Amino acid sequence: MGQVTPLLEIRNLHAGIGESPILKGIDLVINPGEIHAIMGRNGSGKTTTANIIMGHPDYEVEQGDVLLSGEDLLELEPWERARSGVFLSFQYPQAIPGLQVGNFLRKSVSSIKGDEAAKGAEFRSTLKDAMKALDIPRSFLSRYVNDGFSGGEKKRFEILQLLLLKPKLAVLDETDSGLDIDGIRTVAAGVNSAVRGTSTGALIITHYSRILEHVRPDRIHVLMGGRIVASGGPELAIKLEEKGYEWLEVKSKAEGCA
Amino acid sequence: MTVNREAREAVGDYKAGWHDPENSTIRFDFGLSEEVVREISALKGEPGWMTETRVKAYRHFVERPMPTWGNTHVLEDIDFDGICYYLRSSDATEKEWEDVPEDIRNTFDRLGIPEAEQKWLSGVTAQYESEAVYHSIREDLEKQGVIFLDMDSGLREHPDIIRKWFCSVVPLTDNKFAALNTAVWSGGSFIYIPKGVHVEMPVQAYFRINAKNMGQFERTLIIADEGSSVHYVEGCTAPTYSTDSLHSAVVELIALPGAHIRYSTVQNWSTNVYNLVTKRGIAHEKAKIEWVDGNIGSKLTMKYPAVILKGEGSHAEVISVAYSGEGQHQDAGAKIHHLASNTTSKILSKSISKNGGRGSYRGLVKVSPKAKNCKLNVVCDALILDEQSRSDTYPTMEVANPTARCEHEASVSKVSDNQLFYLMSRGHSEEEALAMIVNGFFEPFTRELPMEYAVELNQLMALEMEGSIG
Repeated sequence: MGQVTPLLEIRNLHAGIGESPILKGIDLVINPGEIHAIMGRNGSGKTTTANIIMGHPDYEVEQGDVLLSGEDLLELEPWERARSGVFLSFQYPQAIPGLQVGNFLRKSVSSIKGDEAAKGAEFRSTLKDAMKALDIPRSFLSRYVNDGFSGGEKKRFEILQLLLLKPKLAVLDETDSGLDIDGIRTVAAGVNSAVRGTSTGALIITHYSRILEHVRPDRIHVLMGGRIVASGGPELAIKLEEKGYEWLEVKSKAEGCA
Repeated sequence: MTVNREAREAVGDYKAGWHDPENSTIRFDFGLSEEVVREISALKGEPGWMTETRVKAYRHFVERPMPTWGNTHVLEDIDFDGICYYLRSSDATEKEWEDVPEDIRNTFDRLGIPEAEQKWLSGVTAQYESEAVYHSIREDLEKQGVIFLDMDSGLREHPDIIRKWFCSVVPLTDNKFAALNTAVWSGGSFIYIPKGVHVEMPVQAYFRINAKNMGQFERTLIIADEGSSVHYVEGCTAPTYSTDSLHSAVVELIALPGAHIRYSTVQNWSTNVYNLVTKRGIAHEKAKIEWVDGNIGSKLTMKYPAVILKGEGSHAEVISVAYSGEGQHQDAGAKIHHLASNTTSKILSKSISKNGGRGSYRGLVKVSPKAKNCKLNVVCDALILDEQSRSDTYPTMEVANPTARCEHEASVSKVSDNQLFYLMSRGHSEEEALAMIVNGFFEPFTRELPMEYAVELNQLMALEMEGSIG
């Protein structure tokens, strides 16, 4: 077996907000170039997982490790994680009134990729191409970040940032929610172009299998009550679509009792 | 306070009149009397009517009680006898660079302000070496018949125009501090724009670097004749270090029919300064007056740029921002008087308070019974950065004509952790994230400023946000 350093390695992660535990021992390994999906119902700990990878200050890690290319992520501030190559596409992107999209993109690229990357013709052409691919009009650049954006615009804007920031690991938290089928297709195409054929890995968090038809994940994990109760290939998504989560619930209860 | 203290030691108990410290041509005076007022006027060689105006104003100042609103207990701390009312020398002070507090010098450095300009801003030198720029702009304006002078020269060269308009917008009996200014004014700008002349570029280039403009009691008068337009920019975003604790200016604007005046200010006085300024304009028929007013510095600012909409179809706009940090109180707002029909006004006020700072919006919009179909819109937004800080809103609308259409919106918000986290996830440190939110909040103001001011204001707010994350 060849020794590849995993892109993301989560080991026995226990975490929550304050005293209430949410994650109760998660293990997950994503290798470079792989796409994994986490599925599960509301409240199963999906968003918590995403927030902990990015370093949301509200969450506390009780035990376990999160490593990016073998480096301890939990020691880093969120912006340091971003600069190390972690990207989170938010379920609820925040509005920053008065901060222009163009300005924000340039600043973000500059702080993650360096000043040079945010200057000159190359940046402009990358930006132009990415906006075209995502069907985002030029006028978007002078709007304020997520301020008055429709649900679909917010999600496309997250993917635009993904394409410009070119992270090592992209975590997409419910990027498909609230999108119609065209929106999902556009967003999926964006994700594919950011990940496929590169060493970038992705973790897609979703309720539904729809987006997974367009972004074919290598592995699917089902999260329930803060634990991964099932992992498998793309066929798992189809099974979930057909049978729902109940059979897993029964299964995990039975295992819990054993 | 260094200069005052040194000078006070030099003059001892000699409170009135003049004194020449050794090895210096500078005259200091502490405290005020009718004799001092007359002497200021005599030293300047002013016409008799101005001397009498000053004396009348002085008498009114003495009799007039302190304003009963605003931060009155702080106002009572002002020691009028401890203030130097006139510096004779044009070479303002003999202040040493070393006397300028270190935090202010650091801020200059970090804003990237050249040393020569830093020294001017601190009052260490009176002139900034940019005479060439100043002259070319001035020549260009002169060709169009624009008069652009400091107020003292204006009075010497155009006494008739000044006599006609001086105190016509802000009468000497207006308020205690306007009376004080009228009694002891020095410096400020006098601008006359002839009929139909449009001054294309904002006229700030030389005022930023002209020491005469920045004084304790400057007096500015701008007259835009029919159909003309001008954008005047006063002050600067960089810290203005003053050893004098009172800044009390008066600005009068007259926009004749169809004229357009925009007056932009950003004040960043050091936090020992009481900044008590009366700014008012009269807009004649179809004229437009805009105040763009930013308050970053000072201990206490009380400033309510006002517009009297005297002519039909005239328009007023007041866009202001205020930042109150530790120990600061920005009591700012706007006053609009709709005297004529079909007049419109818009007030946008934004304030940020932090580290126990206090920001107040105080506004008055009045519609007179005869003014029909007026439209007025008031929006005040406050952003409070921590639990110790405070924001108050005192909006007043007196609408005496039922055809008026009034809109008022107010909001108070806090920076949310989720906003910060969102920005941090894009590679920005917590302080940078906070600065981005704060600058975004001020953006509707900043975008109205000339570019270099906008950039500097953003940098300045970023500096203010440093060390604020606990």
